[in-house]
Amino acid sequence: MAERTAAERVALARHPDRPGTPEFIGTLFTDFFEQRGDRLCGDDRAILGGAALFHGRPVTVLGTRKGRAIEERVACRFGMPSPEGYRKVQRLVRQAEKFRRPVIAFVDTAGAYPGREAEEHGQGEAIASTLALMSGLTVPVVSVFTGEGGSGGALALGVANRVLMLENAVYSVLSPEGFAAILWKDAARAEEACEVMKLTAADLLELKAADEVLPEPPGGAHTDPAALMATVDAALVRSLAALSRTAPAALAAQRYRRFRALGAAAVRKERA
Amino acid sequence: MSGILARRRQKLLALKALRTAPAPAETETCPACGAGLPRREWVRSLSVCPRCGFHRPVGAYYRLSMVLDRGTFRELDAELCSADPLDFPGYRDKLAQARRRTGMGEGVVTALGRIGGRRAAVGALESGFFMGSMSAALGEKVTRLVERAEKDRLPLILFSASGGARMQEGILSLMQMAKTAAAVERFSRKGGLYISVLTHPTTGGVTASFASLGDILLAEPGALIGFAGPRVIEQTIGEKLPEGFQRAEYLLEHGFLDAVVPRAQLRETLIRLLALHGKGAASHG
Repeated sequence: MAERTAAERVALARHPDRPGTPEFIGTLFTDFFEQRGDRLCGDDRAILGGAALFHGRPVTVLGTRKGRAIEERVACRFGMPSPEGYRKVQRLVRQAEKFRRPVIAFVDTAGAYPGREAEEHGQGEAIASTLALMSGLTVPVVSVFTGEGGSGGALALGVANRVLMLENAVYSVLSPEGFAAILWKDAARAEEACEVMKLTAADLLELKAADEVLPEPPGGAHTDPAALMATVDAALVRSLAALSRTAPAALAAQRYRRFRALGAAAVRKERA
Repeated sequence: MSGILARRRQKLLALKALRTAPAPAETETCPACGAGLPRREWVRSLSVCPRCGFHRPVGAYYRLSMVLDRGTFRELDAELCSADPLDFPGYRDKLAQARRRTGMGEGVVTALGRIGGRRAAVGALESGFFMGSMSAALGEKVTRLVERAEKDRLPLILFSASGGARMQEGILSLMQMAKTAAAVERFSRKGGLYISVLTHPTTGGVTASFASLGDILLAEPGALIGFAGPRVIEQTIGEKLPEGFQRAEYLLEHGFLDAVVPRAQLRETLIRLLALHGKGAASHG
Protein backbone atom coordinates (compact mmCIF):
# COMPACT_ATOMS: atom_id res chain seq x y z
CA MET A 1 0.00 0.00 0.00
CA ALA A 2 1.21 3.47 -0.87
CA GLU A 3 2.64 5.59 1.94
CA ARG A 4 0.52 8.68 2.36
CA THR A 5 -0.08 11.15 5.11
CA ALA A 6 -3.47 11.09 6.80
CA ALA A 7 -4.29 14.48 5.22
CA GLU A 8 -3.53 13.07 1.76
CA ARG A 9 -5.87 10.18 2.42
CA VAL A 10 -8.60 12.57 3.56
CA ALA A 11 -8.19 14.42 0.24
CA LEU A 12 -8.44 11.14 -1.70
CA ALA A 13 -11.46 10.04 0.35
CA ARG A 14 -13.17 13.28 -0.69
CA HIS A 15 -12.06 13.19 -4.33
CA PRO A 16 -15.02 14.23 -6.52
CA ASP A 17 -14.45 11.33 -8.93
CA ARG A 18 -14.29 8.69 -6.23
CA PRO A 19 -16.78 5.85 -6.85
CA GLY A 20 -19.81 6.17 -4.61
CA THR A 21 -22.76 4.07 -3.55
CA PRO A 22 -24.57 4.31 -6.96
CA GLU A 23 -21.47 2.99 -8.73
CA PHE A 24 -20.94 0.16 -6.26
CA ILE A 25 -24.59 -0.87 -6.49
CA GLY A 26 -24.62 -0.54 -10.28
CA THR A 27 -21.48 -2.60 -10.78
CA LEU A 28 -21.57 -5.27 -8.10
CA PHE A 29 -25.30 -6.04 -7.98
CA THR A 30 -27.95 -7.04 -10.50
CA ASP A 31 -31.67 -6.34 -10.63
CA PHE A 32 -31.42 -3.47 -8.15
CA PHE A 33 -34.88 -2.23 -7.24
CA GLU A 34 -34.68 1.12 -5.50
CA GLN A 35 -37.03 1.48 -2.56
CA ARG A 36 -37.83 5.04 -1.68
CA GLY A 37 -39.37 6.81 1.26
CA ASP A 38 -39.54 6.37 5.00
CA ARG A 39 -43.35 5.83 5.05
CA LEU A 40 -43.60 8.65 7.59
CA CYS A 41 -43.11 11.91 5.77
CA GLY A 42 -40.40 11.94 3.15
CA ASP A 43 -37.73 10.45 0.95
CA ASP A 44 -34.13 11.41 1.58
CA ARG A 45 -32.06 11.35 -1.60
CA ALA A 46 -28.89 11.16 0.50
CA ILE A 47 -29.74 7.52 1.20
CA LEU A 48 -29.98 5.10 -1.72
CA GLY A 49 -31.20 1.59 -1.04
CA GLY A 50 -33.35 -1.33 -2.03
CA ALA A 51 -33.42 -5.01 -2.89
CA ALA A 52 -30.96 -6.52 -5.35
CA LEU A 53 -29.15 -9.71 -6.27
CA PHE A 54 -25.55 -10.24 -5.27
CA HIS A 55 -24.11 -13.14 -7.26
CA GLY A 56 -27.66 -14.34 -7.73
CA ARG A 57 -28.61 -14.09 -4.07
CA PRO A 58 -31.25 -11.61 -2.80
CA VAL A 59 -29.79 -8.94 -0.52
CA THR A 60 -30.71 -5.54 0.84
CA VAL A 61 -28.18 -2.99 -0.30
CA LEU A 62 -28.07 0.61 0.81
CA GLY A 63 -25.71 3.49 1.32
CA THR A 64 -25.17 7.19 1.46
CA ARG A 65 -25.20 9.15 -1.80
CA LYS A 66 -23.27 12.37 -2.42
CA GLY A 67 -24.49 12.99 -5.97
CA ARG A 68 -22.48 13.93 -9.07
CA ALA A 69 -23.95 16.90 -10.96
CA ILE A 70 -24.48 19.98 -8.84
CA GLU A 71 -28.30 19.69 -8.82
CA GLU A 72 -28.03 16.12 -7.62
CA ARG A 73 -25.43 17.06 -5.02
CA VAL A 74 -27.74 19.70 -3.62
CA ALA A 75 -30.69 17.28 -3.65
CA CYS A 76 -28.54 14.81 -1.70
CA ARG A 77 -27.28 17.59 0.58
CA PHE A 78 -23.78 16.47 -0.38
CA GLY A 79 -24.33 13.06 1.11
CA MET A 80 -25.49 14.16 4.54
CA PRO A 81 -28.61 12.21 5.51
CA SER A 82 -31.62 13.64 7.30
CA PRO A 83 -33.80 11.75 9.81
CA GLU A 84 -35.97 10.65 6.86
CA GLY A 85 -32.89 8.94 5.45
CA TYR A 86 -32.15 7.03 8.64
CA ARG A 87 -35.80 6.02 8.93
CA LYS A 88 -35.65 4.75 5.35
CA VAL A 89 -32.63 2.69 6.37
CA GLN A 90 -34.66 1.30 9.28
CA ARG A 91 -37.51 0.37 6.97
CA LEU A 92 -35.15 -1.42 4.59
CA VAL A 93 -33.27 -3.38 7.23
CA ARG A 94 -36.53 -4.46 8.88
CA GLN A 95 -37.49 -5.93 5.52
CA ALA A 96 -34.10 -7.56 5.24
CA GLU A 97 -34.76 -9.21 8.60
CA LYS A 98 -38.26 -10.25 7.51
CA PHE A 99 -37.13 -11.78 4.21
CA ARG A 100 -33.86 -13.11 5.64
CA ARG A 101 -31.68 -11.07 3.28
CA PRO A 102 -28.13 -10.06 4.21
CA VAL A 103 -27.58 -6.31 4.49
CA ILE A 104 -24.74 -4.62 2.64
CA ALA A 105 -24.13 -0.95 3.41
CA PHE A 106 -21.82 1.51 1.66
CA VAL A 107 -20.79 4.49 3.74
CA ASP A 108 -19.41 7.75 2.39
CA THR A 109 -20.67 10.74 4.31
CA ALA A 110 -19.28 13.73 6.14
CA GLY A 111 -22.00 13.09 8.71
CA ALA A 112 -25.67 13.57 9.40
CA TYR A 113 -27.08 16.84 8.09
CA PRO A 114 -26.93 19.60 10.71
CA GLY A 115 -30.02 21.57 9.72
CA ARG A 116 -33.04 23.10 11.37
CA GLU A 117 -35.55 20.65 9.91
CA ALA A 118 -33.27 17.71 10.60
CA GLU A 119 -33.28 18.67 14.29
CA GLU A 120 -37.02 19.28 14.31
CA HIS A 121 -37.55 15.84 12.79
CA GLY A 122 -35.38 14.20 15.44
CA GLN A 123 -31.94 13.62 13.97
CA GLY A 124 -30.66 12.33 17.31
CA GLU A 125 -33.55 9.94 17.79
CA ALA A 126 -33.31 8.75 14.17
CA ILE A 127 -29.62 7.86 14.52
CA ALA A 128 -30.06 6.33 17.98
CA SER A 129 -32.90 4.07 16.92
CA THR A 130 -31.00 3.04 13.78
CA LEU A 131 -28.02 2.01 15.91
CA ALA A 132 -30.31 0.05 18.22
CA LEU A 133 -32.15 -1.66 15.38
CA MET A 134 -28.98 -2.59 13.47
CA SER A 135 -27.43 -4.02 16.62
CA GLY A 136 -30.18 -6.59 17.01
CA LEU A 137 -30.55 -7.83 13.41
CA THR A 138 -30.31 -11.58 12.96
CA VAL A 139 -29.19 -11.44 9.32
CA PRO A 140 -25.58 -10.80 8.23
CA VAL A 141 -24.61 -7.12 8.01
CA VAL A 142 -21.48 -6.00 6.16
CA SER A 143 -20.54 -2.33 5.97
CA VAL A 144 -18.02 -0.95 3.52
CA PHE A 145 -16.53 2.46 4.28
CA THR A 146 -15.67 3.77 0.85
CA GLY A 147 -14.74 7.42 1.41
CA GLU A 148 -15.56 9.71 4.30
CA GLY A 149 -16.97 8.21 7.47
CA GLY A 150 -18.04 11.09 9.62
CA SER A 151 -19.51 10.84 13.08
CA GLY A 152 -22.75 9.23 14.18
CA GLY A 153 -24.22 9.82 10.75
CA ALA A 154 -21.77 7.26 9.34
CA LEU A 155 -21.86 4.92 12.33
CA ALA A 156 -25.62 4.46 11.89
CA LEU A 157 -24.82 2.48 8.74
CA GLY A 158 -21.80 0.83 10.30
CA VAL A 159 -23.23 -1.37 13.07
CA ALA A 160 -22.17 -4.47 11.16
CA ASN A 161 -20.81 -7.95 11.72
CA ARG A 162 -17.89 -6.98 9.54
CA VAL A 163 -16.65 -3.49 8.81
CA LEU A 164 -14.50 -3.18 5.68
CA MET A 165 -12.60 -0.05 4.78
CA LEU A 166 -11.04 1.00 1.51
CA GLU A 167 -7.36 1.81 1.88
CA ASN A 168 -7.86 5.56 1.57
CA ALA A 169 -11.20 5.78 3.31
CA VAL A 170 -11.29 7.61 6.63
CA TYR A 171 -13.60 7.21 9.60
CA SER A 172 -13.67 9.61 12.50
CA VAL A 173 -15.67 11.07 15.33
CA LEU A 174 -15.92 14.38 13.48
CA SER A 175 -14.49 16.01 10.35
CA PRO A 176 -10.89 17.18 10.77
CA GLU A 177 -12.15 20.77 10.30
CA GLY A 178 -14.77 20.37 13.03
CA PHE A 179 -12.27 18.63 15.28
CA ALA A 180 -9.74 21.49 14.94
CA ALA A 181 -12.49 24.06 15.49
CA ILE A 182 -13.71 22.41 18.69
CA LEU A 183 -10.41 21.45 20.22
CA TRP A 184 -8.18 24.30 19.10
CA LYS A 185 -10.80 26.89 18.10
CA ASP A 186 -9.13 27.01 14.67
CA ALA A 187 -10.62 25.13 11.70
CA ALA A 188 -7.55 26.03 9.64
CA ARG A 189 -5.53 23.49 11.61
CA ALA A 190 -7.44 20.63 9.92
CA GLU A 191 -4.33 19.11 8.39
CA GLU A 192 -2.71 18.86 11.80
CA ALA A 193 -5.94 17.34 13.13
CA CYS A 194 -5.80 14.59 10.48
CA GLU A 195 -2.51 13.39 11.90
CA VAL A 196 -3.55 13.16 15.57
CA MET A 197 -7.10 11.87 15.01
CA LYS A 198 -6.12 8.31 13.97
CA LEU A 199 -8.71 8.24 11.23
CA THR A 200 -7.05 6.22 8.47
CA ALA A 201 -8.07 2.67 7.59
CA ALA A 202 -4.82 1.35 9.05
CA ASP A 203 -5.47 3.21 12.33
CA LEU A 204 -9.01 1.89 12.51
CA LEU A 205 -7.83 -1.65 11.89
CA GLU A 206 -5.38 -1.31 14.75
CA LEU A 207 -8.11 0.06 17.04
CA LYS A 208 -10.38 -2.80 15.91
CA ALA A 209 -13.05 -0.41 14.69
CA ALA A 210 -12.45 -1.91 11.22
CA ASP A 211 -11.98 -5.61 10.46
CA GLU A 212 -10.32 -5.49 7.06
CA VAL A 213 -8.63 -2.94 4.81
CA LEU A 214 -9.18 -3.30 1.07
CA PRO A 215 -6.28 -2.12 -1.12
CA GLU A 216 -6.98 0.57 -3.69
CA PRO A 217 -5.32 1.10 -7.07
CA PRO A 218 -1.99 2.97 -6.61
CA GLY A 219 -3.42 6.38 -7.56
CA GLY A 220 -6.58 5.95 -5.45
CA ALA A 221 -9.99 4.38 -6.04
CA HIS A 222 -10.99 6.74 -8.86
CA THR A 223 -7.95 5.99 -11.03
CA ASP A 224 -8.95 2.40 -11.77
CA PRO A 225 -12.57 1.77 -10.82
CA ALA A 226 -12.67 -1.68 -12.45
CA ALA A 227 -9.83 -2.97 -10.31
CA LEU A 228 -11.41 -1.44 -7.21
CA MET A 229 -14.77 -3.06 -7.93
CA ALA A 230 -13.13 -6.47 -8.30
CA THR A 231 -11.45 -6.05 -4.91
CA VAL A 232 -14.67 -5.01 -3.18
CA ASP A 233 -16.62 -7.79 -4.88
CA ALA A 234 -14.19 -10.44 -3.69
CA ALA A 235 -14.19 -9.04 -0.15
CA LEU A 236 -17.99 -9.04 0.02
CA VAL A 237 -18.18 -12.60 -1.29
CA ARG A 238 -15.68 -13.71 1.37
CA SER A 239 -17.43 -11.85 4.20
CA LEU A 240 -20.92 -13.06 3.31
CA ALA A 241 -19.75 -16.64 2.86
CA ALA A 242 -18.33 -16.67 6.37
CA LEU A 243 -21.36 -14.96 7.93
CA SER A 244 -23.90 -17.11 6.09
CA ARG A 245 -22.68 -20.12 8.01
CA THR A 246 -23.51 -18.40 11.29
CA ALA A 247 -26.88 -18.98 13.00
CA PRO A 248 -29.26 -15.98 13.20
CA ALA A 249 -29.04 -15.50 16.97
CA ALA A 250 -25.27 -15.92 16.82
CA LEU A 251 -25.05 -13.11 14.25
CA ALA A 252 -26.72 -10.67 16.63
CA ALA A 253 -24.55 -11.95 19.48
CA GLN A 254 -21.35 -11.59 17.45
CA ARG A 255 -22.27 -8.03 16.49
CA TYR A 256 -23.02 -7.19 20.12
CA ARG A 257 -19.69 -8.58 21.28
CA ARG A 258 -17.85 -6.81 18.47
CA PHE A 259 -19.02 -3.37 19.62
CA ARG A 260 -19.10 -4.30 23.30
CA ALA A 261 -15.36 -4.90 23.19
CA LEU A 262 -14.50 -1.57 21.56
CA GLY A 263 -12.67 0.68 23.92
CA ALA A 264 -12.01 -2.05 26.48
CA ALA A 265 -8.32 -1.18 26.36
CA ALA A 266 -9.21 2.50 26.72
CA VAL A 267 -10.43 1.96 30.26
CA ARG A 268 -8.37 1.48 33.37
CA LYS A 269 -9.11 1.10 37.03
CA GLU A 270 -7.93 3.55 39.59
CA ARG A 271 -9.23 4.70 42.94
CA ALA A 272 -10.40 8.27 42.69
CA MET B 1 -30.62 -2.78 55.01
CA SER B 2 -28.62 -1.98 58.11
CA GLY B 3 -29.23 1.49 59.52
CA ILE B 4 -25.58 2.28 60.07
CA LEU B 5 -24.64 1.36 56.51
CA ALA B 6 -27.52 3.37 55.14
CA ARG B 7 -26.48 6.42 57.15
CA ARG B 8 -22.92 6.03 56.04
CA ARG B 9 -23.95 5.79 52.39
CA GLN B 10 -26.13 8.84 52.77
CA LYS B 11 -23.30 10.79 54.33
CA LEU B 12 -20.91 9.72 51.59
CA LEU B 13 -23.32 10.71 48.85
CA ALA B 14 -23.97 14.04 50.55
CA LEU B 15 -20.24 14.71 50.79
CA LYS B 16 -19.66 13.79 47.16
CA ALA B 17 -22.63 15.89 46.12
CA LEU B 18 -21.18 18.89 47.92
CA ARG B 19 -17.96 18.61 46.01
CA THR B 20 -19.62 19.40 42.67
CA ALA B 21 -22.31 21.67 44.10
CA PRO B 22 -22.17 25.44 43.50
CA ALA B 23 -19.33 27.30 45.23
CA PRO B 24 -20.23 28.18 48.82
CA ALA B 25 -20.37 31.93 48.36
CA GLU B 26 -22.81 33.84 50.54
CA THR B 27 -24.94 35.06 47.67
CA GLU B 28 -25.19 33.52 44.23
CA THR B 29 -26.53 35.19 41.16
CA CYS B 30 -29.01 33.49 38.83
CA PRO B 31 -27.33 33.27 35.41
CA ALA B 32 -30.70 33.80 33.73
CA CYS B 33 -32.43 36.67 35.56
CA GLY B 34 -29.54 38.04 37.61
CA ALA B 35 -31.34 37.72 40.92
CA GLY B 36 -28.91 37.41 43.83
CA LEU B 37 -30.02 34.80 46.32
CA PRO B 38 -28.53 33.40 49.51
CA ARG B 39 -26.94 30.04 48.99
CA ARG B 40 -29.28 28.27 51.40
CA GLU B 41 -32.19 29.36 49.23
CA TRP B 42 -30.55 27.79 46.18
CA VAL B 43 -30.08 24.58 48.11
CA ARG B 44 -33.68 24.58 49.28
CA SER B 45 -34.92 25.09 45.73
CA LEU B 46 -32.71 22.32 44.25
CA SER B 47 -30.71 24.95 42.32
CA VAL B 48 -33.80 26.23 40.55
CA CYS B 49 -34.12 30.02 40.63
CA PRO B 50 -37.17 30.87 42.81
CA ARG B 51 -37.65 34.10 40.82
CA CYS B 52 -37.50 32.98 37.18
CA GLY B 53 -37.52 29.18 37.37
CA PHE B 54 -34.14 28.77 35.68
CA HIS B 55 -32.78 25.27 36.23
CA ARG B 56 -29.08 25.52 36.98
CA PRO B 57 -27.04 22.48 35.96
CA VAL B 58 -26.21 20.27 38.95
CA GLY B 59 -23.47 17.72 39.54
CA ALA B 60 -24.03 14.00 39.07
CA TYR B 61 -23.86 13.03 42.76
CA TYR B 62 -26.11 15.90 43.74
CA ARG B 63 -28.52 14.87 40.99
CA LEU B 64 -28.74 11.33 42.30
CA SER B 65 -29.08 12.51 45.90
CA MET B 66 -32.18 14.47 44.80
CA VAL B 67 -34.05 11.43 43.53
CA LEU B 68 -32.82 8.43 45.52
CA ASP B 69 -34.26 7.35 48.86
CA ARG B 70 -31.94 8.36 51.68
CA GLY B 71 -29.22 5.87 52.41
CA THR B 72 -29.79 3.62 49.40
CA PHE B 73 -27.02 4.89 47.09
CA ARG B 74 -24.51 2.19 46.20
CA GLU B 75 -22.02 3.32 43.60
CA LEU B 76 -20.84 0.97 40.84
CA ASP B 77 -17.55 0.96 38.94
CA ALA B 78 -16.32 4.14 40.62
CA GLU B 79 -12.75 3.16 39.84
CA LEU B 80 -13.20 3.06 36.04
CA CYS B 81 -11.48 5.87 34.19
CA SER B 82 -9.97 6.76 30.84
CA ALA B 83 -6.67 5.22 29.79
CA ASP B 84 -5.93 7.85 27.09
CA PRO B 85 -6.18 5.24 24.31
CA LEU B 86 -4.87 7.43 21.48
CA ASP B 87 -2.04 8.90 23.55
CA PHE B 88 -3.52 12.29 22.72
CA PRO B 89 -1.30 15.33 23.40
CA GLY B 90 -2.21 17.02 26.68
CA TYR B 91 -5.17 14.75 27.43
CA ARG B 92 -3.68 13.02 30.45
CA ASP B 93 -3.08 16.30 32.27
CA LYS B 94 -6.58 17.51 31.55
CA LEU B 95 -8.00 14.22 32.83
CA ALA B 96 -6.03 14.56 36.04
CA GLN B 97 -7.35 18.09 36.50
CA ALA B 98 -10.94 17.04 35.91
CA ARG B 99 -10.57 14.18 38.35
CA ARG B 100 -9.12 16.43 41.01
CA ARG B 101 -11.80 19.05 40.53
CA THR B 102 -14.79 16.68 40.56
CA GLY B 103 -13.51 13.80 42.66
CA MET B 104 -14.82 11.52 39.94
CA GLY B 105 -12.97 8.99 37.81
CA GLU B 106 -15.09 9.69 34.75
CA GLY B 107 -18.00 11.81 33.59
CA VAL B 108 -20.78 9.54 34.80
CA VAL B 109 -21.84 8.17 38.17
CA THR B 110 -23.62 4.83 38.10
CA ALA B 111 -25.29 3.23 41.07
CA LEU B 112 -27.93 0.96 42.47
CA GLY B 113 -30.47 2.50 44.78
CA ARG B 114 -34.10 2.84 45.63
CA ILE B 115 -36.66 5.38 44.53
CA GLY B 116 -39.87 5.42 46.53
CA GLY B 117 -38.86 2.03 47.90
CA ARG B 118 -38.32 0.46 44.49
CA ARG B 119 -34.90 -0.75 43.47
CA ALA B 120 -33.44 0.80 40.35
CA ALA B 121 -30.22 1.04 38.36
CA VAL B 122 -29.45 4.74 38.05
CA GLY B 123 -26.83 6.88 36.39
CA ALA B 124 -26.09 10.57 35.93
CA LEU B 125 -23.68 12.26 33.57
CA GLU B 126 -21.51 15.02 34.97
CA SER B 127 -21.35 18.15 32.84
CA GLY B 128 -18.40 19.37 34.94
CA PHE B 129 -16.24 16.49 33.71
CA PHE B 130 -15.19 17.18 30.09
CA MET B 131 -18.75 18.42 29.58
CA GLY B 132 -20.08 14.90 30.10
CA SER B 133 -18.57 13.91 26.79
CA MET B 134 -18.54 10.28 25.75
CA SER B 135 -15.25 8.58 26.50
CA ALA B 136 -14.70 4.86 26.25
CA ALA B 137 -14.80 4.71 30.06
CA LEU B 138 -18.08 6.62 30.18
CA GLY B 139 -19.56 4.31 27.54
CA GLU B 140 -18.27 1.32 29.45
CA LYS B 141 -19.84 2.47 32.73
CA VAL B 142 -23.18 3.15 31.08
CA THR B 143 -23.09 -0.21 29.30
CA ARG B 144 -22.25 -2.03 32.53
CA LEU B 145 -25.14 -0.28 34.26
CA VAL B 146 -27.57 -1.34 31.52
CA GLU B 147 -26.26 -4.91 31.67
CA ARG B 148 -26.57 -4.88 35.45
CA ALA B 149 -30.16 -3.68 35.17
CA GLU B 150 -30.83 -6.51 32.75
CA LYS B 151 -29.22 -9.12 34.96
CA ASP B 152 -30.92 -7.95 38.17
CA ARG B 153 -34.19 -7.13 36.39
CA LEU B 154 -34.22 -3.56 37.55
CA PRO B 155 -35.69 -0.48 35.92
CA LEU B 156 -33.03 1.77 34.43
CA ILE B 157 -32.97 5.54 34.94
CA LEU B 158 -30.33 7.69 33.28
CA PHE B 159 -29.84 11.45 33.58
CA SER B 160 -28.01 12.79 30.55
CA ALA B 161 -25.95 15.96 30.26
CA SER B 162 -23.34 15.93 27.55
CA GLY B 163 -21.50 18.04 25.05
CA GLY B 164 -21.18 15.00 22.75
CA ALA B 165 -18.08 13.07 21.79
CA ARG B 166 -14.78 13.06 23.68
CA MET B 167 -12.56 14.41 20.91
CA GLN B 168 -9.39 13.11 22.53
CA GLU B 169 -10.59 9.51 22.21
CA GLY B 170 -11.51 9.80 18.53
CA ILE B 171 -13.18 6.82 16.93
CA LEU B 172 -13.36 4.95 20.24
CA SER B 173 -15.61 7.72 21.53
CA LEU B 174 -17.85 7.27 18.49
CA MET B 175 -18.00 3.50 19.00
CA GLN B 176 -19.55 4.02 22.45
CA MET B 177 -22.71 5.19 20.71
CA ALA B 178 -23.13 1.79 19.08
CA LYS B 179 -22.10 -0.02 22.24
CA THR B 180 -24.54 1.77 24.57
CA ALA B 181 -27.39 1.71 22.03
CA ALA B 182 -26.91 -2.04 21.56
CA ALA B 183 -26.99 -2.60 25.33
CA VAL B 184 -30.20 -0.58 25.69
CA GLU B 185 -31.76 -2.48 22.79
CA ARG B 186 -30.96 -5.82 24.40
CA PHE B 187 -32.32 -4.64 27.74
CA SER B 188 -35.46 -3.37 26.04
CA ARG B 189 -36.06 -6.64 24.17
CA LYS B 190 -35.98 -8.43 27.50
CA GLY B 191 -38.79 -6.16 28.69
CA GLY B 192 -36.78 -3.76 30.82
CA LEU B 193 -38.11 -0.31 31.62
CA TYR B 194 -35.77 2.57 30.79
CA ILE B 195 -36.56 6.15 31.77
CA SER B 196 -34.23 8.69 30.18
CA VAL B 197 -34.10 12.17 31.70
CA LEU B 198 -32.50 14.80 29.47
CA THR B 199 -30.92 17.71 31.30
CA HIS B 200 -29.15 20.81 30.11
CA PRO B 201 -27.34 20.39 27.80
CA THR B 202 -27.66 17.02 26.03
CA THR B 203 -26.17 17.03 22.55
CA GLY B 204 -24.21 15.07 19.97
CA GLY B 205 -23.42 11.40 20.42
CA VAL B 206 -25.26 11.03 23.70
CA THR B 207 -28.48 12.41 22.17
CA ALA B 208 -27.92 10.15 19.17
CA SER B 209 -27.54 7.02 21.29
CA PHE B 210 -28.72 5.92 24.74
CA ALA B 211 -30.31 9.22 25.80
CA SER B 212 -32.94 9.04 23.04
CA LEU B 213 -33.76 5.37 23.52
CA GLY B 214 -35.81 5.49 26.71
CA ASP B 215 -39.31 4.04 26.89
CA ILE B 216 -40.09 7.30 28.60
CA LEU B 217 -38.25 10.51 27.73
CA LEU B 218 -38.38 13.34 30.26
CA ALA B 219 -36.55 16.64 30.23
CA GLU B 220 -35.98 19.52 32.60
CA PRO B 221 -37.46 22.90 31.66
CA GLY B 222 -35.29 24.92 29.31
CA ALA B 223 -32.79 22.12 28.69
CA LEU B 224 -30.97 22.34 25.37
CA ILE B 225 -31.36 19.00 23.59
CA GLY B 226 -30.16 18.26 20.10
CA PHE B 227 -27.81 16.42 17.81
CA ALA B 228 -25.97 19.25 16.11
CA GLY B 229 -25.17 22.35 18.13
CA PRO B 230 -27.07 25.56 17.34
CA ARG B 231 -23.94 27.35 16.13
CA VAL B 232 -23.11 24.60 13.63
CA ILE B 233 -26.67 24.70 12.32
CA GLU B 234 -26.66 28.48 11.92
CA GLN B 235 -23.40 28.25 10.00
CA THR B 236 -24.79 25.49 7.77
CA ILE B 237 -28.11 27.06 6.88
CA GLY B 238 -26.98 30.67 7.11
CA GLU B 239 -29.96 31.92 9.05
CA LYS B 240 -30.93 32.63 12.63
CA LEU B 241 -32.71 29.87 14.50
CA PRO B 242 -36.13 30.53 16.03
CA GLU B 243 -36.56 31.44 19.67
CA GLY B 244 -36.53 28.39 21.91
CA PHE B 245 -35.04 26.13 19.21
CA GLN B 246 -33.80 22.79 20.65
CA ARG B 247 -35.16 23.64 24.09
CA ALA B 248 -37.10 21.00 26.02
CA GLU B 249 -40.43 22.74 25.38
CA TYR B 250 -39.66 22.88 21.64
CA LEU B 251 -38.90 19.16 21.55
CA LEU B 252 -42.09 18.41 23.45
CA GLU B 253 -44.07 20.27 20.77
CA HIS B 254 -42.28 18.38 18.01
CA GLY B 255 -43.07 15.00 19.52
CA PHE B 256 -39.72 13.95 20.94
CA LEU B 257 -40.47 14.01 24.68
CA ASP B 258 -43.15 12.57 26.92
CA ALA B 259 -43.02 15.43 29.39
CA VAL B 260 -41.08 18.42 30.62
CA VAL B 261 -40.76 18.00 34.37
CA PRO B 262 -39.61 20.71 36.77
CA ARG B 263 -36.83 19.53 39.04
CA ALA B 264 -38.98 19.78 42.17
CA GLN B 265 -41.41 17.23 40.69
CA LEU B 266 -38.84 14.87 39.23
CA ARG B 267 -38.61 12.41 42.12
CA GLU B 268 -42.39 12.16 42.46
CA THR B 269 -42.73 11.69 38.70
CA LEU B 270 -40.20 8.84 38.73
CA ILE B 271 -41.98 7.17 41.65
CA ARG B 272 -45.26 7.41 39.77
CA LEU B 273 -43.77 6.01 36.56
CA LEU B 274 -42.12 3.10 38.37
CA ALA B 275 -45.46 2.29 40.00
CA LEU B 276 -47.27 2.52 36.66
CA HIS B 277 -45.00 -0.14 35.25
CA GLY B 278 -45.64 -2.26 38.29
CA LYS B 279 -44.16 -5.68 37.95
CA GLY B 280 -43.02 -4.92 34.43
CA ALA B 281 -40.49 -2.54 35.85
CA ALA B 282 -38.91 -5.11 38.10
CA SER B 283 -39.48 -8.63 36.85
CA HIS B 284 -38.84 -8.64 33.13
CA GLY B 285 -37.01 -11.41 31.33
